[in-house]
This record gives sequence, C-alpha cells and structure tokens, in this order.
Amino acid sequence: MSDLLIRNARLLDPASGLDAPASLLIQDGLIAALGADVTAPEGTPALDATGLCLAPGLVDLRADIGEPGHEHRETIAAAALAAAAGGITTICALPDTDPALDDPALVQFVLRKGEATGGLTLLPYGAATKGCEGREIAEYGLLREAGAIAFTDGRRAIGNARTMRLALSYARAFGSFVVQHPEEPSLAAGGAATEGELATRLGLPGIPPAAESMLVQRDIALARLTGGHVHFAHVSTGAALALIRAAKAEGLRVTCDTAPPYFDLNETAIGDYRTYAKLSPPLRPEADRQAVVAALKDGTIDAIASDHQPRDADDKRLPFAQAEAGGAGLATLLGITLARVHGGDLPLLEALSLLTVKPATLLGLPVGRLAKGAAADLVLFDLERGWQVKAGQLPGKAQNSPFDGRALEGRVVGTWKSGRRVFG
Amino acid sequence: MSFSFPILPEGHLLAIEGLEPPHIGALLDLAENYALLNRSGKTQRDLLKGRTLINLFFEDSTRTRTSFELAGKRLGADVINMSVSTSSVNKGETLIDTAQTLNAMHCDLLVVRHAQSGAPALLAQKVSASVINAGDGTHEHPTQALLDALTIRRRKGRLEGLTVAICGDVLHSRVARSNIHLLTAMNCRVRVIGPPTLIPAEAARLGVEVFHDMQAGLAGADVVMMLRLQKERMTGGLIPSSREFFRFYGLDREKLAWAKPDAIVMHPGPMNRGIEIDSAIADDPERSVIGEQVEMGVACRMAVLDVLARDLRRNV
Repeated sequence: MSDLLIRNARLLDPASGLDAPASLLIQDGLIAALGADVTAPEGTPALDATGLCLAPGLVDLRADIGEPGHEHRETIAAAALAAAAGGITTICALPDTDPALDDPALVQFVLRKGEATGGLTLLPYGAATKGCEGREIAEYGLLREAGAIAFTDGRRAIGNARTMRLALSYARAFGSFVVQHPEEPSLAAGGAATEGELATRLGLPGIPPAAESMLVQRDIALARLTGGHVHFAHVSTGAALALIRAAKAEGLRVTCDTAPPYFDLNETAIGDYRTYAKLSPPLRPEADRQAVVAALKDGTIDAIASDHQPRDADDKRLPFAQAEAGGAGLATLLGITLARVHGGDLPLLEALSLLTVKPATLLGLPVGRLAKGAAADLVLFDLERGWQVKAGQLPGKAQNSPFDGRALEGRVVGTWKSGRRVFG
Repeated sequence: MSFSFPILPEGHLLAIEGLEPPHIGALLDLAENYALLNRSGKTQRDLLKGRTLINLFFEDSTRTRTSFELAGKRLGADVINMSVSTSSVNKGETLIDTAQTLNAMHCDLLVVRHAQSGAPALLAQKVSASVINAGDGTHEHPTQALLDALTIRRRKGRLEGLTVAICGDVLHSRVARSNIHLLTAMNCRVRVIGPPTLIPAEAARLGVEVFHDMQAGLAGADVVMMLRLQKERMTGGLIPSSREFFRFYGLDREKLAWAKPDAIVMHPGPMNRGIEIDSAIADDPERSVIGEQVEMGVACRMAVLDVLARDLRRNV
C-alpha cells in the first residue's frame, strides 16, 4: 500500500464540522491520522496541498451506468474514470439496465464489475419490481443479501398505487427503502419538455409539472399508510418540495435528492431544440429552479446526486421529441454544486455534506467522512480554479453534458480510493 | 424589387417567430409581385437557373409539395422531389444521413417537412443548403402563415387592426403557431377558439385571446381561420367525438353569422368537410378564400426562394 501524508490542506469534513488547515496521513488504505500536527513515519511520501481543499470522496446516490446492456453508452470501467475525475468514490447504480437487476446474480455481477475497477465502490440498487416493469415486487430479501443498496425502478416511475404500497410495506422487513422517479406516467407519456409557454412555442409535447407533485403526494400518503420509507429522486419542482417539506415536518419517513441540472439550469437551456438539455424530469421554469435552491438551503433536500445518464450521439442527434432524455453528470457534480457555494446560496461545508455524509447516512454506509480509521476515500480540489465544461472532452465515455460550455470555478485535482490515487 | 436589408439573415426560413415586421412586410410585397406576375402568365424566369431545389418530405403532402415544386420551376430551378415514407424513417440517424447525402448532391435549397418539431432546424445545422421549413411537427409552418397573411391583406387591404379568429385544433397546429406569430407581429388582434383540451398550455402568453365559446370568439371577427382537426395526431381522446366537435366548433352558416358580415373564411387544407367546416361555407365564393390561399401559396414560396437565392448569389 502506498502511504501518503497530505500536508497543509484545508481539511473539510461536513460530518464533524471540521474546516481547518491540517494534514492527513494515509496508511494501509485508511485514514491513519488527521490534524494540525500529524507526523508520518520516516520515508512516507508527502504531498504539499497548500491552497487546496481535502474532503471525503463524494457519494453519488444515483447514476445510470450503461452496463449491463448499454455498453455502447458507457461501461462500468468508463464510468469509474469519469467518477474519479469528478471526485466520486461511491456510486449507487440504477437497476433498470438490460436485463434489469432483479436477480441476486445480476446484483453480484455489478458489484464484481465495480470492484474490478479498483477505483470505485459501485453499489447497485435492486429492481423494485420484476423487470422494472412496475407490476410485481422483486425479491427484496435475496437482493439485499446479494448486496442491493435499496430498491427502485430507476428512470421508470412505479405508477400503480397498489404496487407502490406493497413495495414500501415489504421493504420495511429488510430495513430498506424505495426510490421513486416521481412522475405520474400517464400524464408524462410522450412528453418532451415542461408544459408551458416555451413548449408551446417550440411545438413540443409537454409534461405538466403537476405530474411530479401528484405522485409525490400519493407516495407520501402511502408512506403514511405503510410506515415505509420513500425516497424521491431528482425532485425538480417547488410544489413537490413543499409537499416533502410538510411530510418531513409530520415525521414521515420521506427523503429526497435533486441533481445539479435542477438547481443550475432552467428550461430555457433547451433553447433551439438542444437535446443535451433534454432530461427526465424535464428542466423547469426559473421559479422551480429557485425553489430547488431554497430547498437545498433549508435542508428539505437530503442529497445531491449526479443523476448521470450516459447517452451516445445516436441517442441525442435526433429531433428533440425523439431524442433520449438524460445528461452525463459525474464529472460536473462537484463543480456545479460549488457554483452554488460561489453564488452565496450554500456554505461550503453544507454543500459538501449533501455530496458526502448525508447520502452516506441515508444509505447506512460508513463512508463520506474524514475520520481516523475510515477508508481513505478522498477528494482534493481547488475551490477557485476555473475550467470550462466541454462535451467531447469529458473523462469517461459519455459526453452528453447539459452543461456543455458552462464555465465553472472549482476543480478536482486528486482522488483517492482506499488510499490509492485514482485521479490526478 | 430590391431591399436595403437582408430579409432572412440566417439564410434559412425555419420559423416566423423571430422575424421582424419589416421583414414580413418585404416578403409579402415581393410575394404580391409574384402573384401579379403569375396571373399575367409570365413564368420560367431564370432567377434560380442552375440551382437545385429538393423537396424533402417525411410526411405526406400533395398541396405544399406541389406548391413548392411549381414555385421552384417558375423561377427556373431544377426541382427534385424526395418523399421518405415514415415507416422507413423511425431511426434518427436517417435524418443526419440524409443531410450528408444532400450535401454530396450540392443541393442549394432544401424544403423540409417532418413530423417532428425542430427537425428542419436540426437539418439546417448539418446541410450547406438554405433550409425552408414546410411544416415541422406541431412547431411552425412559416410559408402557410405568409400565404394566409397575403390573402388577408389582398382581401382586406391591410393587416393592422384586423380581428382574426383561429378555430379548432390549435394544440396540434403548426399553422396556428406560425399565424399567431405573424399576425401578432403585424398588429392584428388574434383570437384562438377551441375546446380547452385542444388549446396549448399558456397560449395567452403568445399574445392571443383564448375563447372556448365560438359565439363569443367570432363576435366582430374580420377573418375566420379554420384549422384541420388533426385526427392522425390525436392521442388519447382529446375530444369525445367528431360529431360533438362539429356541433360546437365546426363552422356552419349559423356560426359564421356571429362574425362580421364581410368576414372571410380560410382553411389551410386539406379540409375535413362536416367536421371542422360545412361544405356550404367551404364552397361559398362570397365568403371562402380557400382557393386564393392556394394561389398565394405559390407566390409566397416564390418570394421566399427568391430571397434565399439572393443570399446564395451573395455567397458565390
């Protein structure tokens, strides 16, 4: 194992509130010591990190990886490269692959593929329903034993109320939760953009924002009914966030995340049919973007996930309504989140907590913290360094960034996974 | 006719939205000249001699395709019709592949109709030709709006201050969108009339008044523009039946009487007789200007080709 002393960094640990210049010693893949006066055994290599920030490696609650079934879009190995460049050391992978991860052997397959990258903890979700088809619930017990982190149908909403009730109810037996893509399927079918003036002008079939809030409302009622834990993914509207805020105040087991596009972009990004900005859920009007920022500030949102969705040129170089929805998000997760820090919306530690300890706690994982004895999953970044997102030059395979052309401040300069440097 | 400013500075005609009133006015003036020229029987000018115009139609159309074909031929272009059946074009690479094929053919003017909004804009990024949108999905049909405006202007002597009622399936209508943009830009009062399920979201934000009652909507209208009920686009029962639609939103003598006594009736065709329009109205030479719309269609398309060809010459 390559031991290392990282000196003079600005250590940032949202779990403990630490924000101070200090050093951190990596030994045998673990954090051996951290603090102002850490000393290393003679001969330990040292890295001077003056002016740089050192934080726990990011925990990404939600990413679609092309494998198995869509390797032309992205492989697990390629996703690991993009993750490392983005400072991400743990990824929860969606199960609506081909085949869907509704069988213990498939969950183990993805786990093994993740381990083989050597640079990433890849934690697959199990399918919430068999084949992610929304009808019968999957084998949560066996999937959990095989290593499934929680249950979801990924990009597909569980539209049937009875199925969702059973899923929430049954998952309790295994101490797990169900992640919902909150979009009423019958209202969203065929839609390509948020219903409203812009979609009308562009002649695009719209999805009313209420498609999100009504499914959130239904599932909150089901959480109340079952005592189960529902987690809403990539929440994008003020109406849905208001419902979640109220459900939390009521004490229900309701959590949620959002993704960078929903607090950094609004619907105008689809401009003249820009398919890289075609996402699911679709980008929203500015008032909703502001509501997402407010919910990040007040703690309604529990985590920021990359919502990485690799798509290739053939998926995107199409008329807008026919193009596949989804944006690449691994390499830009930290940068876009830091834009909200630079913009004055979030303190740095709070922003980082949404990327580290908060999702880790939600998942019941001991990662996302700078603690003595913890695995040395680390990201070293320059808070001020400027760069520009350029589709075509992103790490990994997927290039379909909705942030193409965006100038950012804050760049990853090094990533360590269990003490091994995987980027920089 | 010469103009002191480029009328279509992008080198394409993809949409009416974004065109300024002077540009629209100039196009209409030029088209009116062509209308007179066409009536005089003088054709086959050599303005587009040696130029290749390709009609690329991914959706069936007889009227618009023929109109562009005639316009191109009257200006001396070599006109090729390419009809691509929808069944063979469900893959989008085909659109990009088609663009590459067209580039290799050195096409100068490309007229595109496609079932998907934005498809001509996508092609315009990939081809070297000037692209004319001949109808894309539910987005725009700019030459239809030009010919409608020219027809109205000739009949009413002006556009400004007129009240135009656009009736029927506005939701699925690219004709309606282009007309709304053009007529509001030219200071018409534009109303849209239809059942709420066939009116697009936030339609009022486009500068129109929305009516669900035909009587209220037609009151005082100078122009009654009927839209084709896009049955082929209708997904999932937006109206319960065509007979109910005709009863409340189909144009017959009784409903037309609610408009001004000299109101003209328009329809972009093809008509669903007995669904959105009664034959007695459609065929009434006193009220219907549907035939003149077709005539003005050729003139307007000649004007658009002329303007784009001026830019082509500039680039040579």
